[in-house]
Amino acid sequence: MQNNPKKHFSPLGTGLVLVAGFFGLLAFINFGASSYIQRIMIGLCISIILVVSLNLSSGFTGVFSLGHIGFMAIGAYTAAILTLPLSLKLAYLPDLPGWLENTQLAFLPATLIGGLLAMLVAFLFGVSVMRLTGPYVGVATLGFLVIVNVILVNWDSMTRGARTFSGVPPFTDIWWVGGWTAVTIYVIWRLARSSYGRQMMAIRDNQIAAQSLGISVLRMRLLAFCVSAFFTAVAGSLWAHFIQSFSPKAFLFVETFAIITMLIAGGMGSISGSVIGAVGITILAEILRNAERGVNLGFVHIPPVYGASQIIMAVIFIVLIIFRPEGIMGKRELNFSQLFSFTFRRKKRKEVTSQ
Amino acid sequence: MTSLTPFEFIIQQAINAISIGSIYALMAIGLTMVFGILRLINFAHGDLIMVGSYATLFLTLAGVPFWIAVGGGIAISCLTGLLMERVAYRPIRGAQDVSMLLTSFAVTIFLENIAILMFSPSSRPFPAPGLLNSAMNFGALRVNSVDIIAIVVAGILLILLTFFITRTDMGTSMRAVSQDLLASRLMGINTNRVFVTAFGIGSILAGIVGILWSARVGKIDPLMGFYPVLKAFVACVIGGLGSLPGAVMGGYILGFLEILLQGILPASLTPFRDAFVFSILIVLLLFRPNGLLGSTEMEKF
Amino acid sequence: MLKVENIEVYYGHIHALKGVSLDVREGELVSLLGANGAGKSTMLMTISGIIRPRIGTVTYQDIDLTKKIPEEIVLQGIVQCPEGRRIFGSLTVIENLRMGAVRRKDRAELKKDLEWVFSLFPVLEARISQSGATLSGGEQQMLAIGRSLMAKPRLLMLDEPSLGLAPLVVQEIFKVIQQLHQQGVTILLVEQNARQAMAIADRCYLLETGHVVLSGTAADLKSNIAVEQFYLGGTAK
Repeated sequence: MQNNPKKHFSPLGTGLVLVAGFFGLLAFINFGASSYIQRIMIGLCISIILVVSLNLSSGFTGVFSLGHIGFMAIGAYTAAILTLPLSLKLAYLPDLPGWLENTQLAFLPATLIGGLLAMLVAFLFGVSVMRLTGPYVGVATLGFLVIVNVILVNWDSMTRGARTFSGVPPFTDIWWVGGWTAVTIYVIWRLARSSYGRQMMAIRDNQIAAQSLGISVLRMRLLAFCVSAFFTAVAGSLWAHFIQSFSPKAFLFVETFAIITMLIAGGMGSISGSVIGAVGITILAEILRNAERGVNLGFVHIPPVYGASQIIMAVIFIVLIIFRPEGIMGKRELNFSQLFSFTFRRKKRKEVTSQ
Repeated sequence: MTSLTPFEFIIQQAINAISIGSIYALMAIGLTMVFGILRLINFAHGDLIMVGSYATLFLTLAGVPFWIAVGGGIAISCLTGLLMERVAYRPIRGAQDVSMLLTSFAVTIFLENIAILMFSPSSRPFPAPGLLNSAMNFGALRVNSVDIIAIVVAGILLILLTFFITRTDMGTSMRAVSQDLLASRLMGINTNRVFVTAFGIGSILAGIVGILWSARVGKIDPLMGFYPVLKAFVACVIGGLGSLPGAVMGGYILGFLEILLQGILPASLTPFRDAFVFSILIVLLLFRPNGLLGSTEMEKF
Repeated sequence: MLKVENIEVYYGHIHALKGVSLDVREGELVSLLGANGAGKSTMLMTISGIIRPRIGTVTYQDIDLTKKIPEEIVLQGIVQCPEGRRIFGSLTVIENLRMGAVRRKDRAELKKDLEWVFSLFPVLEARISQSGATLSGGEQQMLAIGRSLMAKPRLLMLDEPSLGLAPLVVQEIFKVIQQLHQQGVTILLVEQNARQAMAIADRCYLLETGHVVLSGTAADLKSNIAVEQFYLGGTAK
C-alpha cells in the first residue's frame, strides 16, 4: 500500500487524547503518588489557571492588568464566606448580615458565585478603565488592587479584616482542580480560536489597523478582562479551600510575581506556552525551595539561605526578559494534532520499511 | 493645652499637606523624569529610598556623624540607581513597555529580598537627630521640624532643578530627548549620558526623600519603598506621565487630597482613605486620560 | 568624500535596499530621487547609523562608518535633517538651535554660526524665543535646517524638505538650499519633488524599490524620457 495521504489527527481526536492523558495523569498522582507530589500538582494546576487567565487578559490584548490578583481575592473570600460551616460562621464572623449568616453553600455554587461576582466587578471597572492607554491602565488596575485590599482589610464584619480567615473547609482536591483547569483551558482556547480571539490578537498587533476594520477595542478588551476575572476568581476559591486559611496580605502585587514569571517564560499570547511556563517555573521553584534548606553535596555544604529562591527567580526573570522576551513559545501554540500525526506517521513508516 | 482655633487648625493641616506633598513631588520628579526619557516606569525607585535609609543607618551605627552619613546614604542611593540602569535597563532599551515595567518589578523583588536577607524583615528605628524630629510650638500650633525641613528642602531643590532643566545644555538635552529620541540622536546628543543623568538625578532625589520619610516615620524596613513609589506613581499620573511640572503639581495635589480626605471622612470611613484616593484618581483618568497636563485626546473607541 | 558601497538593508524581513551604491564628492549637491517607499529615507538612516546594513559599507573620507553609533557619525560632520522636520516642539527656537550645536567644542564659533543661520532664515531671529510648536510648517522646516547647520556639517543630508509645504514656501527653502550649495556646503538631498531637486542638483540618483535604476548628472536625467514620464508628470498616461 502506498503512503497514506497526510493524515492529521482530527481536532476532536486530539482533544480527547489530551483530556484522557491529563486525567490519567491525575488518577496516577491521586492513587500512586505521595501527598507531597499531590500538593505540588494541586498548586501547579491552580497556577496554570492563573497564568492562562492572565494571558487572556494581558497577553492577548496587550493591556497589562497589574491588579489582577484582586479578582483572586474576590473569589477566595466570597467562596470561603459562603462555604464556611454555620457553626464557624457564628464564631468567626458574628457580624454577618442575616441572610449570609444562615447560608452555607456547597463548593461548586460558592465558587461559581465568586467567579460571577468577580466578573461583575470586572465589567463595572473595565467599562470605565479599558479606554485608557498604556501605563495609565496599569495605574488604574493597581488602584483597583489597592481598593480591594483596603476593603478587605477594613470590612471586618465580612472578612475578619486583617486577621487570618481560617476554618475554610478543605474541599479542594486533585479532581476539582483538574476539572477546573481543563475547563479553563478549554474555554480560553476556544475563545482564542474564535473570531473574538482573532479580533483581540488583531488589536494587540496593530490597534489602529484593527479599529479601521471596525473592531471594537473596548468590547474586546472588556470581554477578555471579564472572562479572565472569572477564572482568576475560581482559582482564588480553589486556593482558599486548599490552604484553608489566609489573610488580605496574600493578595498583594508581590504574590503575582511568580505568575508573571510563568507568563513571560511561556510566552504572552500562547496558551500552551503558559502551561509549559507554569510547569517549568513550579518545578524550578520547588528545587530552589528545597535548596534553600541547605545543600549537602558531601564535600560542599551550601548553607540555608532563606529567601534566596525569590532572588534567583527575580534574576531569572531579568535574564529572560533580556535574552528571550517572547518566552518559549512566543505567540505560537503547540499544535498537538500535528504532533500526534507525526508520531503516528512515523510508526506507520517504520511498519512499512520493516516489511 | 489650649485647643486650636479653626484658623490654626487649617494652618496645621496645610503645613501637613505641603510637607507630605513636597515629599511626593520629589519622588514623582525622579519617576517622571525617567519615564519621559526612557518610557520606563521604574517601580524599583521606591527601593532606592530603602537603600539610602539603610545606608545612612549603618553609617551612623559605624560612628559616622549623622549628616555625613546622610550624604553617604544619598550617594549609595545614587550608585544603586546607576547600577540598576546599567545592569537591568540598558540591555532592554527599546523593548516593549510591558517588558520594561515587569523588569522593574523584578528589580524590586530582587532588592527587597536581598534587604530582607541582609537586614531581617523587621523594622529598625531611624536615628534622626533633634533637628529632624523636634516638635515646635507656636502657641497651640504643633509642627514637627521635619515638615518644615521637607518643605524648605523641596523648595530649594525645585528651584535648582528648574534652573538646571531650562538653563543648562544637559537639561535642555533631557527635554529634547524626552520629546523626540530619534531627532536627538540625529543631532548627535549623547543619549547615553542623558539617560544616566536622568537616573542619577532621580536616584539622588530618592535618597533625599528616604531621609525625610524615615525621619517622619521613625523607622525603616526592607519593604518601606512600596507605598512611597505607589504614591509617586499616582502623583505622576495626576499631572501627566512624563511632565515635570505635572509631577510636582501631582505630588502636592495628592498630599492635599490625602489630608483633606483624612479631615472630611467620618471616623468610620477614614481607614478607607486610600481607596477613596484611588477612586478619585480613576474618575480623574476618565476625564483626563493623560493626566491634568497631558493631552485631552482619548482613544476613540 | 562619502562612499556608500553595495549595501543591503533589511527592516526585519523586508529587503529595503538591494545592493545600492552611491557617492558624494566634496562641494557637490547630490539628489536622491524616487517615489514613496523607494528606500530614500532608509538610505539616510543607514548613513546616519540608525540602521545597520547587513552587507556593504559606508565610508567617509576613508573612515568606515558602518559600525559607528549615530552620535559618533554626527561628530564626523555628517548631519541629517530628518523627514517631517522633527523639531523639538516644546523647546524655543534658540534652544532648538543650541541643541544642534550641543556636541561642539568650539564655543567661540557658535555665535558666528548663529548669525549665519539667521542671515539665511531671518524669520527665525524674529521668533527666537517662541516655542517650536507655534511655528508654521515652513518656519519649522527652516528651523530644522538651521538646527542641522548649527552642528557644523561637512555633509548635510536633507530628507524631503519640501514635504507638506506650500509651493511658495518650497521655493524659498530651495533658494536657501541653493545658497548653501553656493557657499560650499556639501549636500545630499532626498526629494520626491523631482523637478525642484533636479533644478539645483549637480548629480542625481533615482531609486526604485531599493535599487538604483538611474544615475548621472541632472542634465542626463532630465533628458531621460522615463524620468520625464514618471517623475516629472510628463504627457503620457
